[in-house]
Amino acid sequence: MTEDYLVIGDKKFKSRLFVGTGKYSTPEMMLGAIEASGAEVVTVAIRRMNIEGQKRTILDYLSEISCTILPNTAGCYTAEEAIRTARLARELGLSNMVKLEVIGDQKTLFPDNEALLEAARVLVKEGFLVLPYTNDDPVMAKKLEDIGCAAVMPLGAPIGSGLGIRNPYNIKIILETVKVPVIVDAGVGTASDASFAMELGCAGVLMNTGIAGAKDPIKMAKAMKLAVEAGRLAYLAGRIPKKLYASASSPMDNLIE
Amino acid sequence: MRIKVNGKDYEVPDGLTVSLMLEFFKINKNYVAVERNKEIVSRKDWEYVMVCEGDVFEIVTFVGGG
Repeated sequence: MTEDYLVIGDKKFKSRLFVGTGKYSTPEMMLGAIEASGAEVVTVAIRRMNIEGQKRTILDYLSEISCTILPNTAGCYTAEEAIRTARLARELGLSNMVKLEVIGDQKTLFPDNEALLEAARVLVKEGFLVLPYTNDDPVMAKKLEDIGCAAVMPLGAPIGSGLGIRNPYNIKIILETVKVPVIVDAGVGTASDASFAMELGCAGVLMNTGIAGAKDPIKMAKAMKLAVEAGRLAYLAGRIPKKLYASASSPMDNLIE
Repeated sequence: MRIKVNGKDYEVPDGLTVSLMLEFFKINKNYVAVERNKEIVSRKDWEYVMVCEGDVFEIVTFVGGG
């Protein structure tokens, strides 16, 4: 089999699973889960440095493994905040990629599409590789592609909800609508959700809570790795069409009498 | 002189560059980005940009997130 890479802008990844670094009980657990997941892309958030107390940062831990950092703009509710956060993230000098989030509602954490588009436009112009977290809306996905986003990341379900892919039909339409990689971001609760996203033809899956919130995050990370690989293979293999009635697998001739 | 860092007031010695200010707070310079009065101070300018009375700094780093 020829090598199957995920290409985003000028970057190339073997693993199609992106994982978050939030919500882990210990840094060691986080590192263990990242390792078990096989993920090459790891998301982080930007926050104020603790000036007075503990100065060990997540980068002290992440430097122990080899991964590509994907900073997010989580917690930003306006285009200005998101742009400011993305610029600070790039200033840290580890990545020109940004997982662009502009949240429109605190309860659902659904994106504010208008502000997202505005922020994406500015950041693309500034040379960022913009990966926007968006609704499962094909029209929005197309707009984001048209302004130069390197990928689109529609949600499967609300962040941290574990509800799975709530609207696979929209995800399918997005896949038919855009040429850039489509990465399902948010909503994955268990391995079958990740497989399902990949079977639909998505280029990748991004998750955090699905792994970090599991009873055994390291085991779940391994499950997600296998699920993403299995789903991708099934997609490439081409599934059989669904039929209402049976068709026998064994030959019907030369039966004993 | 008094400056504000990450929302809190601090008394720091006069004549500090941004670089020296980071050292004053014992911050690992590899893992932070600095904003001074809402403008990013590039890493390459840390040696030259002077900290002034009343400056408002944001010093940020990466944390766990999804």
